[in-house]
Amino acid sequence: MSDADASGGSASGPPANGPQAPESATAALVEAARESDLGLVVGTLLVIYAAATLLTFSDGLNSVVGLLETLTFLGLVYALTALALNLQWGYTGLFNIGVAGFMAVGVYTMGMVVRSPDPAFGPPGLGLPLPVGIVAGMGMAALLGAVAALPALRLKADYLAIVTLGLSEIIRLSLQSSTFDNFLRDTIGAGTGGGRGMGMPDNPVRDLFLVDGQAGTPTALGDLVFGVFGNDGLGISHPILIGWGYIAVLAAFLVAFYLILERLGRSPFGRTMKAIREDELVANSLGKDVNLVKIKVFVIGCALMGLAGILWFGSQGNVSPTPQFRPLLTFYVFIAVIIGGSGSNTGSVLGGIVFAAALFEGPRRVGGVVRGLIDAETPPSFADALVSLDPVTFLAYATDNIAPLQFVFLGIVLVFIIHRRPEGILGDRIETAAAVDLSERPNGGESDE
Amino acid sequence: MGTTDSSIVDSARARPGLLFVALLGGLLLVDLAAKLAGVGLGPIGGSLSVDRLGSNLWSGIVIGLVIGLAGIGLSMTYSILSFANFAHGDLVSVGAFSGWGVAFLIAGFGDIPARALLTVRDAGNAAPGDIGAHILTTPGGILVGLLAAFVVTALLAVALDRAFYKPMRDRDGISLLIASIGAALIVRYLLQFVYGSDRRGITASVEASNIAFAPLGLSVNAHELTILVAALGLMLAMHGMLQHTKLGTAMRAMADNKDLALITGIPAERVVTATWIIGGGLAGASGYLYVLLRGTIQFDFGWLLLLLIFAAVILGGIGSVYGAIAGGLVIGVVFTTSTIWIPSDFNQAAAFGVMILMLLLRPEGLFGGVTTT
Amino acid sequence: MSSDAPDRSDAADGDAAADPGDATDPGDLGAAEAVAATDGAEDEPEANDSAVEEAAKHVPSGSPSGTPPLRVEGLVKRFGGVTAVDGASFEVESGSLTGLIGPNGAGKSTTFNCITGVHEPTAGKVYFEGEDVTGLKPYQIARKGMVRTFQIARELGEMTVLENLMLAPQGQLGESAIRAVTPGLRGAVVEEETELRERAWETLEFFEIDHLAHEHAGNLSGGQRKLLEMARALMTDPEMVLLDEPLAGVNPTLEEKLLDRIHDLRADGYTFLLVEHDMDIIMENCERVIVMHQGSVLAEGTGDEIRNDERVIEAYLGEDL
Repeated sequence: MSDADASGGSASGPPANGPQAPESATAALVEAARESDLGLVVGTLLVIYAAATLLTFSDGLNSVVGLLETLTFLGLVYALTALALNLQWGYTGLFNIGVAGFMAVGVYTMGMVVRSPDPAFGPPGLGLPLPVGIVAGMGMAALLGAVAALPALRLKADYLAIVTLGLSEIIRLSLQSSTFDNFLRDTIGAGTGGGRGMGMPDNPVRDLFLVDGQAGTPTALGDLVFGVFGNDGLGISHPILIGWGYIAVLAAFLVAFYLILERLGRSPFGRTMKAIREDELVANSLGKDVNLVKIKVFVIGCALMGLAGILWFGSQGNVSPTPQFRPLLTFYVFIAVIIGGSGSNTGSVLGGIVFAAALFEGPRRVGGVVRGLIDAETPPSFADALVSLDPVTFLAYATDNIAPLQFVFLGIVLVFIIHRRPEGILGDRIETAAAVDLSERPNGGESDE
Repeated sequence: MGTTDSSIVDSARARPGLLFVALLGGLLLVDLAAKLAGVGLGPIGGSLSVDRLGSNLWSGIVIGLVIGLAGIGLSMTYSILSFANFAHGDLVSVGAFSGWGVAFLIAGFGDIPARALLTVRDAGNAAPGDIGAHILTTPGGILVGLLAAFVVTALLAVALDRAFYKPMRDRDGISLLIASIGAALIVRYLLQFVYGSDRRGITASVEASNIAFAPLGLSVNAHELTILVAALGLMLAMHGMLQHTKLGTAMRAMADNKDLALITGIPAERVVTATWIIGGGLAGASGYLYVLLRGTIQFDFGWLLLLLIFAAVILGGIGSVYGAIAGGLVIGVVFTTSTIWIPSDFNQAAAFGVMILMLLLRPEGLFGGVTTT
Repeated sequence: MSSDAPDRSDAADGDAAADPGDATDPGDLGAAEAVAATDGAEDEPEANDSAVEEAAKHVPSGSPSGTPPLRVEGLVKRFGGVTAVDGASFEVESGSLTGLIGPNGAGKSTTFNCITGVHEPTAGKVYFEGEDVTGLKPYQIARKGMVRTFQIARELGEMTVLENLMLAPQGQLGESAIRAVTPGLRGAVVEEETELRERAWETLEFFEIDHLAHEHAGNLSGGQRKLLEMARALMTDPEMVLLDEPLAGVNPTLEEKLLDRIHDLRADGYTFLLVEHDMDIIMENCERVIVMHQGSVLAEGTGDEIRNDERVIEAYLGEDL
């Protein structure tokens, strides 16, 4: 309870006690929230796991573990991307809605650098090692971030939104273009594959379990894991088990992202970011080089988006510009940040996990289960469902066409949050922007009690 | 508008980037001239027929008119309500679906179940050729459809405003922008839910509907002419409304200086409602006309068009109705003529590129709109 | 929260006012000591010592050579066809509290904005400590030691009062993203932050807003925001502070407190340029007064000289000088 002491005038009598009580209560809440950040994330995951298990337990262990794997993967990749966006938007107020473009640049650059120069299918690459590709992908995204920062230096937030959206569409259309593909093949010897996209390099995690990534030739580790959990043990399919292996890698990256961004936020740099979000002119008048900080934030954030793109789509076998990198992807990430409360790193992680489970993957699974329970033929169109005047038939149509309804639901959630809870799930921007505990008061104050 | 020339010169002096772009534009024009003349001067020049240029320009103008028409509403809501409405593109789609539903109903009434007609071929087939979805065969149906597109979209725009935007009038532009993204998702995917997700043909092709203008090497079809007439008509009506009615004066005042307008007693909410009716209605009409031009419809075509509409509005200067029309024409022409220099899969990117350059070099728009940074 | 604040300010204010000798003692944040005393810190001699030491460290060096810290020459600013400032020239003496007055639209705020780099002047020069700073960016000017406050207080609403203050110091190690993140380098950042936190607390005490340290700045009352702005400006360790109507919208009690603080700091060697609408405040508090009218300087001199200046009386015809 150092905070009670910190507010100082405990010696100056009752009038000062009034303001102290709520202050220390807030501080206690902040403290509790901070201490239980990990607890909050794990707790949320457990609730999601429980719900998913309830939904699929009748299909057997393999289905349950498979669904959990999907939900965890999506939760982690959304959390990663939301963290990167939160640095730009939540902390600094830079409204970048070109996230999809930066992710695409990251993963495409990685693919082009790492792919074999003479592949069986698809465009040639440079044939360099994977780490080089990852660094190149982040570097390229960072470079593009620096370019995108130029408009951020002089434009209002809504103009910046349009510019970044335009930029991400230019990126997508360029990757889609076969002319651009050929041009790159001619100049640097690596292509994008145009509209068909490109296959991703082998996932090293797969090689941990399987020799050369070939199914049927497990490594020692693979033998052990498959023996216990796999077909010879609990009966979980091998791809799902390898998927969990990759999730461990993602989780490690998430922790690293989180720690880096927390440190960045809790520092004088973080204070400057917050100040720019609140009032640029004030930051400028206090001697902060606002433009330089904005460029740095764009570069760091976009590099992380590039890395998130690599970790996410690089593990998906094949990437193609459309529909993977449509602006819709950016909005997903935005919704994740908004749910968690922009400005909070823990909120972004939670927002990513909740978004992936409750808004992205959840509705279609629930819809599928409900459809399974209905004994009615699906009418061919909405109008046919409507004129049938039968609620069950209509429900059959709705659950069979759950995808659009899911987006409608997303839109409603977005509007609802903006109307009712603009601060998100986690509440206000409570994260301290200093490298030391501000609730602690040096010398004088504390020795009062 | 009177000081346009001097302000362009001034800003060229102040910003070398603009000068560079002007030089580049000049170079492209020289190159174009060389191409037309069939002269090759090193990297520039080449060959290009007058016919191709003419038809590129013409289709650019037609697309530009449709984009400009949609841009009017976006520009109006931007200046009067101070936010970038990301749901505007989906209003364009709503106009197209509702309008063509009505047009189909009129064209094919009696022969084909109404539900197939109203859902524009989602629930059962209605071949456009059979019902005569063409301006020459059922001009009445097509025109009533245009009206329906306007009315339905205007109503939806007002409803969205009441439900989503009115409770947050005092919030900042970014909050409203995010709410509009939510509204866009709701509208777009309800369209998909009701009308289905497949792209389908809408208009019939009619022999001998092309009129050739031999001297220009242009071939103009009846639908393009319809669009020209309808778009120009709507724009003229808009112009008359803005210049000669009390409502128009109030709108211009609100767009110019909201605080001042409120002090002078302009009924803000009524002006806002009128803005949504007109802006939404024009968006719906433009969506309807866009389908007339392209001949096909898909639930998300308006959303895909949105960035081009934004480009037009930004080019013309946000807040300026006439700027939106001019910006639409520029974007339309860039869209179609850029293929002379760059591969056709880059023409959309070229239009976006022009928009970004514009925002960087002259954010107040070509004609110096109301809102500047 | 803010409803309780005036009570405390009243008490503190009385205390500070009762000790004028201390307050004018140069080289010593006298009032800070007085406040510390009311907080019962007398059992803590160490705290007082460090407060004095800290304060001594941050007293501006002044300009020994006698160059005026601020010199404005023929400043012109046009917006489109409107000329807001039309050839204004004046000087501010080192260690002075100079007032800048003028009727509405005289160009005071625009002059301020031109000096601090918010606007680029159309013509003319601004010299700070003999150095040409015309057309520099606001942050460059702030780094040279000239910092400003705003007419309408611009607090950073979603940051706490303490964070607002800790933002201000120049050249913090942790403003480098690399240092803030890298394990080996962060130690120095944390160390510096600990020092900054201490300085921030002392500055808060000096302005008697330490009880608000953890409050979001957006929750402060208008007067408290003005105090916060001034405290934040001082945290940049400036040579000169430009105050844009620091007393507008401040209640009389707080107003007195703010003026006391300004006098204390001036006695410590800070130079102040004060724009104020209220003639009486300028006349009573500033030893030099600059009068602007229609974009240029109409008169310059002591309060008495200004009071009796025919041109000023004419410009303010109808207003009671």
